[in-house]
Amino acid sequence: MEKPIRVLVGKPGLDGHDRGAKVIARALRDAGMEVIYTGLRQTAEQIVHAAIQEDVDCVAVSILSGAHNTLLPKINELLIKEGGEDILFVAGGVIPEADIPFLKEHGVKAIFTPGTPTTVSIRFIEEHVKR
Amino acid sequence: MYDEKKMMGLKEELGLYNGRVEKSLARFPERKEVFYSGSKEEVNRLYTPLDLEDQDFGESIGFPGSYPYTRGVQPNMYRGRLWTMRMYAGFATAEESNQRYKFLVEQGSSGLSVAFDLPTQIGYDSDHDLSEGEVGKVGVAIDSLMDMEVLFDGIPLDKVSTSMTINAPAAVLLAMYIAVAEKQGISAEKLRGTIQNDILKEYIARGTYIFPTEPSMRLITDIFAYCSEHVPQWNTISISGYHIREAGSTAAQEVGFTLADGIAYVEAALEAGLLIDDFAPRLSFFFNAHNDLLEEVAKYRAARRLWARIMKERFDAKDPKSMMMKFHTQTAGSTLTAQQSENNIVRVTIQTLAAVLGGTQSLHTNSKDEALALPTEESVRTALRTQQIVAHESGVTNTVDPLAGSYYIEAKTNEIEEEAMEYIRRIDDLGGAAKAIDDGFIQREIMDAAYSYQKDVENEEAIVVGVNKYQVEESTPQNLLRVDPIVGENQKEKLRLLRSARDQEAVDQALAHLKTVAQEDENVMPALLVAVKTYATLGEITDVLREVFGEYKQAVII
Amino acid sequence: MNYKEVTWKNKRQIGRMISIVENAAPGHEKIFEQLYDKTGHAYVIGITGPPGAGKSSLTDTLAKAYISQEKKVGIIAVDPTSPFTGGSILGDRIRMNELSTDPRVFIRSMGTRGQLGGLSAGTASAVQVLDAVGADVIIIETVGVGQSEVEIIKHADSILMVMVPGLGDDIQAMKAGIMEIGDVFVINKSDLPGANKTKIEVEAMLSFMSKKGWVPPVLLASATRQEGIGEVVEALENHRLYQEKEGLLFERRKRNVNELLMEVLQDRLFRKIKKLEEYPQVLEDLTAKKIDPYTAAKRLFEQI
Repeated sequence: MEKPIRVLVGKPGLDGHDRGAKVIARALRDAGMEVIYTGLRQTAEQIVHAAIQEDVDCVAVSILSGAHNTLLPKINELLIKEGGEDILFVAGGVIPEADIPFLKEHGVKAIFTPGTPTTVSIRFIEEHVKR
Repeated sequence: MYDEKKMMGLKEELGLYNGRVEKSLARFPERKEVFYSGSKEEVNRLYTPLDLEDQDFGESIGFPGSYPYTRGVQPNMYRGRLWTMRMYAGFATAEESNQRYKFLVEQGSSGLSVAFDLPTQIGYDSDHDLSEGEVGKVGVAIDSLMDMEVLFDGIPLDKVSTSMTINAPAAVLLAMYIAVAEKQGISAEKLRGTIQNDILKEYIARGTYIFPTEPSMRLITDIFAYCSEHVPQWNTISISGYHIREAGSTAAQEVGFTLADGIAYVEAALEAGLLIDDFAPRLSFFFNAHNDLLEEVAKYRAARRLWARIMKERFDAKDPKSMMMKFHTQTAGSTLTAQQSENNIVRVTIQTLAAVLGGTQSLHTNSKDEALALPTEESVRTALRTQQIVAHESGVTNTVDPLAGSYYIEAKTNEIEEEAMEYIRRIDDLGGAAKAIDDGFIQREIMDAAYSYQKDVENEEAIVVGVNKYQVEESTPQNLLRVDPIVGENQKEKLRLLRSARDQEAVDQALAHLKTVAQEDENVMPALLVAVKTYATLGEITDVLREVFGEYKQAVII
Repeated sequence: MNYKEVTWKNKRQIGRMISIVENAAPGHEKIFEQLYDKTGHAYVIGITGPPGAGKSSLTDTLAKAYISQEKKVGIIAVDPTSPFTGGSILGDRIRMNELSTDPRVFIRSMGTRGQLGGLSAGTASAVQVLDAVGADVIIIETVGVGQSEVEIIKHADSILMVMVPGLGDDIQAMKAGIMEIGDVFVINKSDLPGANKTKIEVEAMLSFMSKKGWVPPVLLASATRQEGIGEVVEALENHRLYQEKEGLLFERRKRNVNELLMEVLQDRLFRKIKKLEEYPQVLEDLTAKKIDPYTAAKRLFEQI
C-alpha cells in the first residue's frame, strides 16, 4: 500500500475564521491524505514542532488576520532551524497580491487566495511534496 | 386563508397549467432539472395560494408593529425613520479611532462602533507572545483603562451610543467604558450602547473564545444582572447569526442556531433569578445578508415571527417589547470575491435590498475590497452610498414589508420557520445550545453545509461570477490599506510605562479580590470595575479569570 | 545512518524513524536491528474508551503529570482512516497544544490505515522507536472501542479505560470483549450528574468478570478541572508494581512481542508467497474451483 501524504493544517495567529481551514482539511482527507489538524491560535513554534514530530510532507496554514507578513516568515525560519527545510510550506487566506512576492521569498511555496478550488491546492501539494 | 370552493377550482387550474408546462418541456427543457435556493433548498416552478392553504393571515402574517411581528417591529417602519447606517470600522490605535469618532460626532453622528484588534478580543495584552503581528490589525488595541480614556477623550458618553464588538472579555471592556464615563462625571444610568457579548457563536463560528461554556454563560448573566440595575439603557447582548452564516450555514440554520443561542441566554438569565420582561427587551440580534434576495427576506420574517412565538409561548413574556426581535444586519463577507472585485458592489446592493426588504433596524455594508485586505476609505464610502441609494432612490422604503403576500415569500417564510424550529427541537433534545456545541452537533451541521457548497462551486453546480464562470485575466489590485507595524511596538512601550507608573499594590489587591469573587457565586462586575480603575491590564484581569475558570478547548469538528 | 546515536533531542530523526517503521519503508529492518536492544525501559499505557469520553484531554493531563515527575513522555494518538479514500483527519493534538513545544514530550498522530499485517503493526513499531530513544512513559490513545482499537491497545503494559457519566447503555454494549482489557477505569467528567452511579455500574460489571488477583480500580476524575489525576497516576503505578511483583509484566510483554513476531512472520510469509512463480496459477485454479483453498495452500507451501 502506498504511503499517504501527511499534511499539517493549522491556523497561525488569532483569527477564528476556520471555515477555509476545515474545508481544505476535509478535501485533503477525501483526496486520501492524512491530515494533522492543529486548530486555532497556533504559534509558529507549535506549528513547526508539530510538523517535525509528525514528520509531515506539507505544512498548510490558513490566515485571515492580516498578520501573515510576521507569522509566515517565522514559520519558515523555524522549519529550517529544526531541519524541516524539505517540508513543503503553503498558505491560504486573505493575503493581498502585493505581499505574495515577499512571502515567496520567505519560503512559502504557494499562496491560495479566496476562490481557489480545493482541487488546485490538492494538485499542487501532490506535485510538490518530496516523497 | 382562502375560500374552500375557490381553492378547489384553483387546484384544477393548477393541474391544467402543469399539464401545459410538461408538454412544452419535452421540446424546451428547463435550464436545470432542479432549481435550488442559495441555501440549497429546492424551489418550485410556481407558488400559488395553494401553498398557503392552511395559513391564517392574522395569526401568522398580521400587521407590522403587532404580534407576531412577521412584517416588522414598528408599525410604519422606514416611513418614520430609516434604519441606522452603522459602519463597523477598525483603526489601529486609540488615538486614531478617537480622531475618527470626534469627526463623526462633529458631523452629527451619534452612533459609534468600535472594532477591537484580535489580542483585545481574546484578552491578551499587546506584549503577549500570541499578539505578535496582530496588534492593531483588525481594530483598536486596548490594553488598559488608559487606552480606553484616549479612545473616548473629548467625547461626551451621555450623548453617543456606542456599539462594541466584544465577546469573551465583554465584561472587562464594559467596566472600562463605565469607568471612563465616571471620570467624565457621567453616571452609568445615562450610558447607551451595545456589547456583542454572544459567546456561544464564538465557539460555533467566530473563534474568539477564552473560557469554557459554563463560566462564560455566568459572565453573561452577571452582565445582564448588573446592567438591569445600573446601566438600564445598555443593550447587553447582540445574539449573532452573522458569523454562523459566514462559517457556511444555510439560512434556516442561521435562524435555528441563533435562536437556540438566544434561548440559552434567556434560560441562563432566568436561572440566575432575573425576570423575563426585565431583560428580554434589551436583547438584540445580528444577522447576515446573503445573495439569494427572496430567501433572505423570508429568513428575516421567519426569524422575527419565531422569536415572538418563543418569547410568548415558551417564556411567557408579557411585555410586547420582549417579543420584538430587533436586529442589525451586515452584508455577507463570504460572498465577496477577490476576482473582479468591482462585482462585489453589485452583490452588496442585492444584500442591502434583502436586509431592507426584511426590515432590519441597522445595517453595515461591506466594501468591495474586503476579500483582498482591509477596505480603503473610498471603498467604504461606496458601501455606505449603496445603502443611501437603496434608502432614497429605490423606492422600497415607501411602504411597509412590500413583499408580504407574495406566495413564494410567504411559503418560504413558513418553510424557514419550520426548519429552524426543527433545529431548536433537536438542540433542546441534546440539552440546549451550550451542550450541543460541546457535543459538536452545531459545528458539524454547519461544516457539512459549507463543504457541500464548496463542492457545488467546484462542480459548477453553483455559479460564482468571476470565480468559476466569466473569469478574466486580472492585474494586481492597487491602493490597499496597510497597518503600520510600528503600532505593535508603540503599544508595547505604552504598556511598559503603564506598569512602572501605576500603584502595583492596588493592582495586586484588586486582582486578588477579583479572584475570590470569581471563585464564588458573586457578580464579578463590581470587582472588575475596581480592577480596571487600578489600571490592571486586560491581559492581567483575563489571566486571573483564566486561572479560575480554565480555558475552552476547541472540539475537532471537520 | 547510525540510528543508535539518535537521542530524545533529535525530534526530526525520531519523526522520520517512526515514518519509516510505520510504512515498513526501506530501512525499517535496520532501525529494528540497531535499536531493539535499547527498548524495554518505557512503561506503555493504553488509553481507550467511547468517543466523547475525553480521552485526549485525559492524555494531555496525564502527560503533564508525568513530565512534572521529570519523565520523558511519548504520545501516540490513533484516529480512524477512511476505508473509502485512505485519508484521515488526525485531530487529537488540538487538545495537547501546550505540550506541542515541550522538549520532554513527543506526540505522534497515526491513522489506523488498515493495511495487511495487522492494524497494530504501525503503532507497535512507533512504540519501539520512542522507547529506544529514551521515553520513560508512552501513552497510546485510540478513538472508540472497536476491534481495531483493542488490537492496538493491547500492546500496552497497562490499559486505562475512560468512561463518562450517563453511558449506561454503552457500557452494556461494550462489555463483550472490551471491558475485560481494562486494568484501571476512570469515570471522566466527574462533575457531570450521574458520575457516582456510573462508577457503581462499572464496578458491578467488573465484579462479574473477577480477574484473578488484580481488581481494576474505578476512579472518578475530571481532566479539564484537573481533579483526580493524581489518583489515576497512582493506580497505574500500582498496577505496574503489581505486575512486576507477580512476574506478570514479563508475561505480558512476552505475549505482546509474540504478537509482533507473528505479524512480522505473517507479513514476510505473505510477501514471499505472493512472489512465488506459481502463485498466479494457484489463484487462478482456486477461482476456477479446480482446487480448494487447503490444497492451494499446500501447493504454495511446498514451494517455499
